Amino acid sequence: MNTLRATTFLIAATLAAPLAAQQSGGRLDIVVQPEPPGLMMGLVQNGPTQLVAGDIYESLLRYNSDLEPQPSLAESWEISDDGLTYTFHLHDGVKWHDGEPFTADDVVFSADVFLRETHARLRASLAYVESITAPDDTTVVFQLKEPFGPFINAFETGTMPIVPKHIYEGTDYATNEMNATPIGTGPFKFDEWVKGSYIHLVKNEDYYLDGKPYLDEVYYRVIPDAAARAVAFETGEVDVLPGGSVENWDVPRLTEMEGVCSTGAGWEFFAPLSWMWMNNREGPTSDVRFRQAVMYAMDRDFVKDVVWNGFGKVATGPVASSTNYYSDAVTQYDHNPDKAKELLAEMGYGGEAVRILPLPYGETWQRWAEAVRQNLSEVGINAEIDSTDVAGWNEKTSQWDYDLAFTYLYQYGDPALGVSRNYVASQISKGSPWNNVEGYENPELDAKWTAAAGMVSAEDRAAAYAEIQKEIVDDVPVAWLQELEFPTIYRCNVKDLVTTAIGINDGPRDAWVEE
Amino acid sequence: MWKRFSSNIGAMLGVVLLLAVIAVAIFAPIIFSHTPWQMVQRPFLTPFTMDGLPLGTDTLGRDVASQLAYGARVSLLVGLVSTLVALLIGVPLGALAGFYGNWVDEGAMRFTEFFQTIPNFALAIVLVAIFEPTLASITIAIAIVSWPPVARLVRAEVMSVRKREFVDAARLAGLSRPRILLTQVLPNTVSPIIVMASLMVATAILLESSLSFLGLGDPNAMSWGYMIGAARTVIRSAWWLSFFPGIAIVLTVLALNLIGEGLNDALNPHLSRKGKA
Repeated sequence: MNTLRATTFLIAATLAAPLAAQQSGGRLDIVVQPEPPGLMMGLVQNGPTQLVAGDIYESLLRYNSDLEPQPSLAESWEISDDGLTYTFHLHDGVKWHDGEPFTADDVVFSADVFLRETHARLRASLAYVESITAPDDTTVVFQLKEPFGPFINAFETGTMPIVPKHIYEGTDYATNEMNATPIGTGPFKFDEWVKGSYIHLVKNEDYYLDGKPYLDEVYYRVIPDAAARAVAFETGEVDVLPGGSVENWDVPRLTEMEGVCSTGAGWEFFAPLSWMWMNNREGPTSDVRFRQAVMYAMDRDFVKDVVWNGFGKVATGPVASSTNYYSDAVTQYDHNPDKAKELLAEMGYGGEAVRILPLPYGETWQRWAEAVRQNLSEVGINAEIDSTDVAGWNEKTSQWDYDLAFTYLYQYGDPALGVSRNYVASQISKGSPWNNVEGYENPELDAKWTAAAGMVSAEDRAAAYAEIQKEIVDDVPVAWLQELEFPTIYRCNVKDLVTTAIGINDGPRDAWVEE
Repeated sequence: MWKRFSSNIGAMLGVVLLLAVIAVAIFAPIIFSHTPWQMVQRPFLTPFTMDGLPLGTDTLGRDVASQLAYGARVSLLVGLVSTLVALLIGVPLGALAGFYGNWVDEGAMRFTEFFQTIPNFALAIVLVAIFEPTLASITIAIAIVSWPPVARLVRAEVMSVRKREFVDAARLAGLSRPRILLTQVLPNTVSPIIVMASLMVATAILLESSLSFLGLGDPNAMSWGYMIGAARTVIRSAWWLSFFPGIAIVLTVLALNLIGEGLNDALNPHLSRKGKA
């Protein structure tokens, strides 16, 4: 692989800018839903925390919508030809929000000490890392034990937030009192958090990029009711509704308002893909013909158009189309009830009851389950919906007490990070709803997943993953539904809000308000 | 008695309404060729714009009229069965308490009060949440929160009846105490129970609707409360999705109340309520 070298200047940011010059000043009110449990991103990484703390903390890189790495705390970087050495050159003169200088030691502490202890998802990637060293104050070197293709995707804010060594070293991280007033290097500083009402961030005047950020302050508003959030946007109380903060049915009404824009971009890194777990262990769902019949029975285009108002994309397989190494050279399951009936007849399905467990995330998911049940019953599958709440859903999926269960998971840019965990046998473990819950076992494919993760060249990986996708789509371990798209709704005078693959999580850095 | 009842215009209106609802519920599969879950047309079809879909379609393109008809089945079924179950609990308990008095009365009434101190609806929610929402668990939960008033009413009636002379006469005639309760006392408490039961069906229908509205309904049974709950998020763009089931609930509950009033007047002629009812 050739040496990768990124340009020192923010070409991407300049290209994305419109002809008009950015204007400084102004404030942005963004809805955060639900209220985050905490803002210390090294400790908590759920959605709302990443939304707010993505302005406070930074990592070494950012990613554009094609998932190409862009400079952040690192202004340039190289990967050695053998794929084992990652060298990052950090920005000069970066300061923590409390005025202390930021150095390579902070990066080493964050990745090697702090996050190894607190961040399970990153820990899995760090298992490939031999050593992390800081030859000087602005250089960090990650030495890998063996090649790990997706490693370059690990430097996103929510994956590897850089935390201040001078505050956390030697303390008990979880109880450190500074967790309440987070200190980062990001474009905005924490100012105040009125629980149940708002979180207030102010401009970091010492930010290391000239002129940025443009905004003076950002308010994250906590509004618990979906209808009230929609009204707050209509009345102009808030400027931005992040994806998923209003019910899908409200989206057309809000986007049709004057001066309101929306975008589905900003989710490429997460690429939330929804599917139904199908219990591969027992019942009719253990027969591959039944699972294929389910795929043919579902009218997934209908769901995309009606339940999701046209947002999103029908999934072709385990990898989302925005994730690296996606391949569509796989069997396509279109809506074909006759084929489904044939398959059911062939396997001798005798009308055994099949339970559908919807995801308890509101009306949209309930309607979705109803549509699927209707589709299944139209081909003769005796399907019933189980009612559930969040705790019940977790319990039933993690204890494998289901036939069909809705879910969706993030992919984090690479099949080795966010896809293989759902299909390899080593990830079968009772008690977690995030692993190979369906109980799919295919030793041949397992070996291919492992090999693909360790390949150095991108072409080799692409070929390997294309092969995996082709095979697994015929096995249908789960019923892939849809690549979800959560539109971000905002006032059109807010510019450059979504410029990266994680959207408004780190969007306010570049955003500005046109007067 | 039928004469008195039939001369009450309100009560007769109630009977007609209720019979209509029952007829729709029974003949739903004949009237509609598709089930209420079937997606038959494009979503959000306005009422009265397409033949065969007089009340329009919902968020998934399902026939609202068919949903209403099948919803009537669930509402009536839950209303009737839960009332029956509540009577089965409340009547014996109240009768024993009122008839035997002393510690039986004390015990039964403290037990009843235990249930009465918890707000009905809150208790119903808790019960349904614990037992997973199915038609059976919802029916039982509604019965469990509705029987205490029955027990208290029956107890009061029994207490007043058992002091009457004909009861003394029965005792002197050598009848056993259980037999007196069953053959002499209870039959004389039936009319207030009937009146109360008709109103309880109405309350049960409202309770079921409220539970379904909150998403605690049986996800496999179409009900009016479910329809309103599902339509809540689109109330501003699709008024008919919550309007029609709302009207259905109002009319059914009104019909049951009118019948209850009529029965009350017919069964208690000395309580002349002319001009008041």
